[in-house]
Amino acid sequence: MVILKVPVASEDVPQPSGAAPKLVAPEPEHCPGPESQQAGKMDACAGCPNQQICATAPKGPDLDIPLIQARMATVAHKLLILSGKGGVGKSTFTTMLAYAFAQSPKTQVGVCDIDICGPSIPRMMGAENESIHSSSSGWSPVYVADNLGIMSIQFMLPNQDDAIIWRGPKKNGLIKQFLKDVEWGDLDFLLIDTPPGTSDEHLSINSYLKGSGVDGAVVVTTPQEVSLLDVRKEIDFCRKAGIKVLGIVENMSGFVCPNCEGESQIFHATTGGGRALATEMGIPFLGAVPLDPRIGIACDYGESFFDAYPESPACEGLMNIIKGLRGQVGLPPSQDGVEEMDES
Amino acid sequence: MLENVKHVVLVLSGKGGVGKSSVSVQLALTLARAGKKVGVLDIDLTGPNIPRMFNVEEEKVHQAPGGWIPVKVGDLGSAGDGVGSIECMSLGFLLRDRGDSVVWRGPKKTAMVRQFLTDVLWGDVDYLLVDTPPGTSDEHISLAEQLRSVSPDGAIVVTTPQAISTADVCKELNFCKKVGLDILGVIENMSGFVCPHCSTCTNIFSSGGGAVMAEQFGVDFFGAVPIDPAFNLMLERQKETTDEVGLLQRYGESKLFPVFEGITEKLLAKTEKAVANGSGNGEGG
Repeated sequence: MVILKVPVASEDVPQPSGAAPKLVAPEPEHCPGPESQQAGKMDACAGCPNQQICATAPKGPDLDIPLIQARMATVAHKLLILSGKGGVGKSTFTTMLAYAFAQSPKTQVGVCDIDICGPSIPRMMGAENESIHSSSSGWSPVYVADNLGIMSIQFMLPNQDDAIIWRGPKKNGLIKQFLKDVEWGDLDFLLIDTPPGTSDEHLSINSYLKGSGVDGAVVVTTPQEVSLLDVRKEIDFCRKAGIKVLGIVENMSGFVCPNCEGESQIFHATTGGGRALATEMGIPFLGAVPLDPRIGIACDYGESFFDAYPESPACEGLMNIIKGLRGQVGLPPSQDGVEEMDES
Repeated sequence: MLENVKHVVLVLSGKGGVGKSSVSVQLALTLARAGKKVGVLDIDLTGPNIPRMFNVEEEKVHQAPGGWIPVKVGDLGSAGDGVGSIECMSLGFLLRDRGDSVVWRGPKKTAMVRQFLTDVLWGDVDYLLVDTPPGTSDEHISLAEQLRSVSPDGAIVVTTPQAISTADVCKELNFCKKVGLDILGVIENMSGFVCPHCSTCTNIFSSGGGAVMAEQFGVDFFGAVPIDPAFNLMLERQKETTDEVGLLQRYGESKLFPVFEGITEKLLAKTEKAVANGSGNGEGG
């Protein structure tokens, strides 16, 4: 078992604090969830080693939600970056979005990486060797710029390659701590980078943030149908969960050969790509970002692609997307009009 | 229900979108061309892709006394001499609509994985390939626990070359070590792209990362697979093509087929040897 470097000294691993009881065994099939009203009382609970613990645990609303709301009260805009599919560029897009917002020194940006099993944000931002410090008011995010703080489980691992072999409840506990115990401070934007799928992490972040108000989700996809298939499910999830979809971003769309400038479709949009999906689902299409090998290299070395290649077509595409996104959350389209930003 | 399955091979990766499913599909096709009977079990519950890739999205799973009957991939071409078969099972077959989301927490996923491993009537299968979701969480823990009794041959770990990807995949290798799963080999996918206009190879996601990672961990490197948009198109256009040429034959003409022939040879050498040595299912590695 990996022992996390948790800034609070006493605990081995962060346990879900508050309402969730500590379980002695993995949950059985059809477990109602240790936090539910039926915990310990359902048919499925018979014979479960946790039954007594669940049945006697204090019930009622999650006591941590008001604490999360207090933390989030100073965050103006909360954006989720989602995709049903893995490896489509959620973290890359989050990173670039964060850098783009943070270009204006007056804008405070936070990035919360809730991909517990595959955290990529620290490396992409060149901060993988940092660790988290705590103060009296909570855990401090790792700052990669004066106005850009990030939080990820990667900062808590004793070794970079350690695997986090956790089932749902432990992941939920840590996500809760990222919201409740991290001293985010006054933020204009909190970007939340998620793992692929529609499971524990997604349900939890939604339920924890519901009371604080999430602006919405940006859904990232690649053009081919195999990816759209999963992304369609993610949008269905957003509908069910009541999360507003701010728009679809199509990543890796088209590749221009650096040698002959001939264009190829690496991930063929046989069914019309992100644009067709957006029309089908009735949500805005924010734009497309072409494949550029330099993006991947910039991510590997933790550099800002924006600063390095401001003239590239990929940057242009991104700036358009950001403009559209700012419109969706009710902000003026350009960074330059910082003074106009009454939210900050 | 895995009594009649000779070899169980997991296809894993810590990272999403690196091509686990497309590697599983190609391994299945190559093994079938080599005359093996192949089963493909897709335990990516929230993002099942296998049905789409085999063009069996419309199929449904049938219940028989004793369990579920897996879906046969029909359009393999003339079942001539020495051609095997492919059957698959996925949560995709159980959904009412292909756009429906499966919003499940861990315990339900665990139960489903268990059911997939116990209730599917695989019959005589030479190789059961298990396609997994990214990560090291509920599905993977359940899979490792459930498979312990049948001692699987091991895992094939897929990565793309860039450091962002290998960083996550290293975690998966550590997971395998921790749960005692043999790593059969590493495949580097999306390794280089040959421009169709000028034939220059561009390393879109850099290159060589998979081989370096394999060396670091002291595991075998099975090979590097280039990006070939034609393969994806071939899978996507199965529905439109009406000629008699089956998927197996068409894959035989793919540029990727020779690459996977090499990979499959290594896989066969490793897994069949274990049996020949009489060391049972994969214990000798």
